[in-house]
Amino acid sequence: MKTYWRSIEELANPKELRRVEIREEAKQKSMLMKGDDQLSGSSRRDFLKTFGFSVAAASIIASCKRPIDKAIPYLVKPDEINPGTANYYASSYFDGNEYGSIIVKVRDGRPIKIEGNTLSSISQGGTSARIQASVLNLYDDARFKGPLKAGAEITWEKADEEIMAQLAGLKVEKGKVVLLSSTIISPSTREAIRIFTENQSNTEWIQYDPVSASGILLANQKSFGSAFIPDYRFDKAKVVVSFGADFLGTWLSTVEYTKGYTAARQLQDGKKEMLRHYQFEAGMTLSGSNADVRFPIKPSEEGAIVLALYNAIAAAKGGSVVSGVQSSVDIAELAKDLLENENNSIVISGSNDENIQLLVNGINQLLGNYGQTIGLDKPLLTKQGIDQNIDRLLADLKTGSVKALLVWGANPVYDYPQGKEFAAAIQKSALSVSFSERPDETTALCQYALPETNFLESWNDLEPKSGIYSLSQPTIAPIFNARAPQESLLKWAGAEQKHHDFIKNFWNKTQFPKQKEITDFRQFWNATLQNGVYETIQESKFSYSAEGIAQAATQIKSAVSGIEIALYETVALGNGKYANNPWLQELPDPVAKISWDNFAAVPVAYAEENGLKNEDVISVNGIELPVFIQPGQAKDAISVALGYGREIAGKVGNQTGTNLYPSVRTANGTRQYYLTSAKVEKIAGKIVELAISQTHYLMEGRPIARETSLNDYIKNPASGNELKAEHESKAVTLYEAPVYNGHHWGLAIDLNSCTGCGNCAIACQAENNVQVIGKEQVRNRRIMHWIRIDRYYSENPENPKVSFQPVMCQHCGNAPCENVCPVAATPHSEEGLNQMAYNRCVGTKYCINNCPYRVRRFNWFQYVKNDKFDYASNSDLGRMVLNPDVTVRSRGVVEKCSMCVQRIQEKKQLAKLEGRAIAEGEIKTACSQSCPANAIVFGDLENPESRISKLFKDQRNYHLLEELHTLPSVGYLTKVRNTNA
Amino acid sequence: MYKTDVRGKLIDGEKSLSQISQEILEPINGKTPKWWYAAMGISLAMFAWGAHSIYLTLTQGVGTWGVNNTVGWGWAIINFVWWIGIGHAGTAFSIFLLILRQKWRTAINRAAEAMTVVAVFAAALFPLMHMGRPWLFFFVFPYPNTRGPLWVNFNSPLFWDFVAISAYLLISASFWYFGMVPDFATIRDTTKSKIKKAVYGFFAFGWTGSSREWLRYEGLAFVLGGIAAVLVVSVHSIVSTDFAVSVEPGWHTTLFPPYFVVGAIFSGFAMVLTLVTLMKKLYKMGDFITENHVDAVCRVLVFVSLIMGTAYITEIFIAWYSGSEYEMFTFFKNRITGEYAMQFWAMFIFNAVVPQLFWSKKIRRNMWIVFTISILINIGMWFERFNIVVTSLSKNYLPANWASYSPTLVEIGFFIGTIGMFSAGVLLFFRYIPQIAISEVKMISKYNTQQTDHLKPGHHHDYE
Repeated sequence: MKTYWRSIEELANPKELRRVEIREEAKQKSMLMKGDDQLSGSSRRDFLKTFGFSVAAASIIASCKRPIDKAIPYLVKPDEINPGTANYYASSYFDGNEYGSIIVKVRDGRPIKIEGNTLSSISQGGTSARIQASVLNLYDDARFKGPLKAGAEITWEKADEEIMAQLAGLKVEKGKVVLLSSTIISPSTREAIRIFTENQSNTEWIQYDPVSASGILLANQKSFGSAFIPDYRFDKAKVVVSFGADFLGTWLSTVEYTKGYTAARQLQDGKKEMLRHYQFEAGMTLSGSNADVRFPIKPSEEGAIVLALYNAIAAAKGGSVVSGVQSSVDIAELAKDLLENENNSIVISGSNDENIQLLVNGINQLLGNYGQTIGLDKPLLTKQGIDQNIDRLLADLKTGSVKALLVWGANPVYDYPQGKEFAAAIQKSALSVSFSERPDETTALCQYALPETNFLESWNDLEPKSGIYSLSQPTIAPIFNARAPQESLLKWAGAEQKHHDFIKNFWNKTQFPKQKEITDFRQFWNATLQNGVYETIQESKFSYSAEGIAQAATQIKSAVSGIEIALYETVALGNGKYANNPWLQELPDPVAKISWDNFAAVPVAYAEENGLKNEDVISVNGIELPVFIQPGQAKDAISVALGYGREIAGKVGNQTGTNLYPSVRTANGTRQYYLTSAKVEKIAGKIVELAISQTHYLMEGRPIARETSLNDYIKNPASGNELKAEHESKAVTLYEAPVYNGHHWGLAIDLNSCTGCGNCAIACQAENNVQVIGKEQVRNRRIMHWIRIDRYYSENPENPKVSFQPVMCQHCGNAPCENVCPVAATPHSEEGLNQMAYNRCVGTKYCINNCPYRVRRFNWFQYVKNDKFDYASNSDLGRMVLNPDVTVRSRGVVEKCSMCVQRIQEKKQLAKLEGRAIAEGEIKTACSQSCPANAIVFGDLENPESRISKLFKDQRNYHLLEELHTLPSVGYLTKVRNTNA
Repeated sequence: MYKTDVRGKLIDGEKSLSQISQEILEPINGKTPKWWYAAMGISLAMFAWGAHSIYLTLTQGVGTWGVNNTVGWGWAIINFVWWIGIGHAGTAFSIFLLILRQKWRTAINRAAEAMTVVAVFAAALFPLMHMGRPWLFFFVFPYPNTRGPLWVNFNSPLFWDFVAISAYLLISASFWYFGMVPDFATIRDTTKSKIKKAVYGFFAFGWTGSSREWLRYEGLAFVLGGIAAVLVVSVHSIVSTDFAVSVEPGWHTTLFPPYFVVGAIFSGFAMVLTLVTLMKKLYKMGDFITENHVDAVCRVLVFVSLIMGTAYITEIFIAWYSGSEYEMFTFFKNRITGEYAMQFWAMFIFNAVVPQLFWSKKIRRNMWIVFTISILINIGMWFERFNIVVTSLSKNYLPANWASYSPTLVEIGFFIGTIGMFSAGVLLFFRYIPQIAISEVKMISKYNTQQTDHLKPGHHHDYE
């Protein structure tokens, strides 16, 4: 091998040379390290200089004030906007499923709270939890920030250009365009769609409801010749029979029904009559838990029972009896009760089986309910989807005959039973556009995502019932680069117009000429906008025909054996559209008291037989679900909620629970929300933790939620409440009774009205900046809700009686929490309020322990701006929903219901400015304002004429744990059950 | 007048006064045994875990614990009451036995007082850390301020607690320290190490042992003792009001103050027993802490145990007698039976039944059994506090709120940390402070017959 050399020295002694080189290198390095003066130029003096400078600089910087962000005032201030003062705008909520007329509270340009609009004949000032929580959807980070094409940003102009080119091409070749939407009840939008479809030949518009009312619509098509949902008037009814329809919780127009139902049941002011409610159902729903008589049945038993009831009534009325299968329940008593209340009853069914609905129609007709308790003049329009249509669409998509698919408000990939097939079929359409405001499973597969504006950012008009209109108006400029789909459709149809102008023009043409009172359209428009609602009177134009009953009766199948799975919507999440709303996710289910999950509700007996405990896991037809033992569950029936298991919803909604929509089956062309002969197996050794916020369900014989029966109540209005007199007679104290100067605020809660729906919890959450804490912390029993609804069971666990009791701070006159706080952070106000001084609280939690009602909530962690609690309050956008009038609590302090002291102060100041006394009913707490059951009354106990003072004098009134002599400012009225049938 | 032939000898072996000094100071002057380092290492490791738990609590929040909106107090308060109870022994020993003229206390009181100081420090950590915002703990001080001035709530038992504990800590520490001054002087005078001379000399306050100094010394001991005697009773009475003043079933009880004081003395004496049996074994102090001493403590325990048993039964009786369904539920369905029955019966058996074994002299003289029972009593007393705190809170008035409670690792670590802190403190005490009050033991050495270094054999003083 050749040797190469660099120098003579290397050739002579390569090892020595290497050694010299290494030494030289080390020397140089050590010179650098040493910091030799000549070499590095730095000395100890330099070090001290630098050090001194850094310390001085750091301390100066640290002591400097942070830059102040100044809010820039208006140059020309709009008249109605005063910083720090809220403005209220009438608007409307409709999510393709549920309607509500609302008032939006806007503070400094931000909508922060939704209240009920009392002018609406439908929602009558009430809201549901979902409507209350909808304001948070506006501030959801998951929303699209602008139009997207295949996930990449695109401008509206470019998107319009591309789509219009494609549509023009399709127009020429007569390619089929399908607009798939949720139910649309906006007359102007229907007009816009009409313009679009007329322009674009071969266009079909399909309305789709994930949980549909096809059965009712089709049955009414046969009975009345028109596919509509009648107007149920629960306020006029004396007997209500519901077959699996959770009309207080999720079925059709729940707020309206709750208003009517509770009006017909409340016994205030000496009323002695109340509606009696029968419920047949598989799982324990909100309606079932309020029923006077409840029959737990398997879903497959329903048809036979309805048929038996039809026959019993037909026989009594001299009608023709139809033959069919045998009922498993004796309905003689029920039929008798119905016949005694002819013209005054309502029979409904939640079934999606057209035949059952036909029989139900027959029953109502025989009982003479149509035109009385069931109006035909104002059909409900909030569900118009016919299941077959989307089935047809899927078939068309598969064959490739649909060239363009526009999706608006529908998410079939998630909530259509054959979602997977739908997902694959979408790709076959040459053009696919989604108008969704937020990512979802369907939008993710569409080429274009052209986000619509949130309902709080947009104009709209709605017609929830025929002839009953309401308007939506924007309460904030669009936060993101979104556009109303109506504008898109009009533009693509070549009729470009601003959406606002379009609605106004449409109303000018259609609604304005129909009325005579106002002659100027602008005045008409402004008045309607201000009221939010515009109602016209309509004539009933339908007549009943008994056609199809006999045929339907033969189609009723007898009950099958084996385990059945009932699929239901939850009160909080509904069909799962807003699964990314943390308020709704954390709202405990009214009955099961579980949040953040769906679960298999199994009957008590079944659990015992199969050795199941809560949180065990079972597999239902191969789907693994956590077990929850639900008292009242029908034998061999397991209930599982729909609306969970979203995959593309956002950080909150993704992967919470399991999606059960693929299990929904189709029979006779309509979706059936139950499964028969299900295969259920226990998965040994597996546990799924559930966030249960109430684990004990018995009252232990304690007089907590007091109740009586109607008969006893009529004999003695104080029945069930005898303890009150006893406790009062024994109340002896050494101390002076508390004295109030001026006002003494209190709440009266009618347990006979409260249905337990949970609207108050979310209303309170929105009003009082109550934080979301997540599944794990809810499970740790640390839920923050200031108002919780306790739910107790009594009697037979297979079919228990249920009591709901909303509990918030009782604002005791003799409060145990107040005297134990070492730092006096929770004093008593002169107006009877138990107050919290958050900045004084050091968090000893002594007050929590000494509150017999356990209404105090502790901030165990920093829940705001904390990545571990990545919900609404962890982003600037999410925090925009916070109410500036209410402190956001920090870690380590106790909080609780303040009786909306900010609302009290607001009205007090207003009254003072106007130099008058506060009017009765002027102040409303968040919970009482929007209660759909009118169960909560706020008022001044010092005013003997106030509503609350009257309720406190009612013989049903009592206080929780009176024997402790805490002297609460909250009173409860006993629940009265109308069971003695 | 102590009768040696009746009560047994207080010092074994015929020891001269200098021998006494020498033997008691042996751990300070001699070589530190290897086990001491091992024990110290373990204690510090435990303490480090505790420090980490405190770090987590401070940085993240009390949410790292298992407490919830139903059970607002958990291990932290249990441990607080437990440590305070243990911290009772020192002062109780010194004061009550001094008042009762019990000579045998002299061999033990130093260790008991040391234990008190360390235990009270350990106890004080818990209420501080269990606050939501511990950095604002000073809000509890009634100091003049510019907020009104805004005063504390003088009605709150927690405020009383704060006052009582700080006073107790101050007095116990002073009592302990001033009692050590003559012994520090002894070390100063006898040690050969210059450093020790300087350090102990500093702490000896220039003690010369003159009659005047002894007079002042006795006087101070008397004054501090007088205050401490009151505090011994008041501290745990006040701790008990944290519970008794509330409306919770099982807490709202007039029995609590005496029950808590007796319980505290009980647990404190048990802990003393644990320590002295260890001292006998590890430091060969058997000559000073004789079986007679242990015997005496055991006899006290058997009596206190009977009081405890009576208190438990009284509580249960009153719960029934009150007719209050909430009280009855708490005692009969949640303690005696139910979810927390194990804890209740552990408490009852360890505190009221097991100590009855001390009726037997054989058992009182078997150090292993005595040691085991002393540990069992401490466990039993811990369960007593668990019973009070958790069972009442977890199932109180409204069943909808019922929740169970189990501690998290952070809470457990915190507790272990205070045990480490306690044992490290005790180890330091073993190593650097005379474990037995030399001067006081010397005083009683005369009761031993045949004192060889007396000028007149058989000479007898009749001091007391």
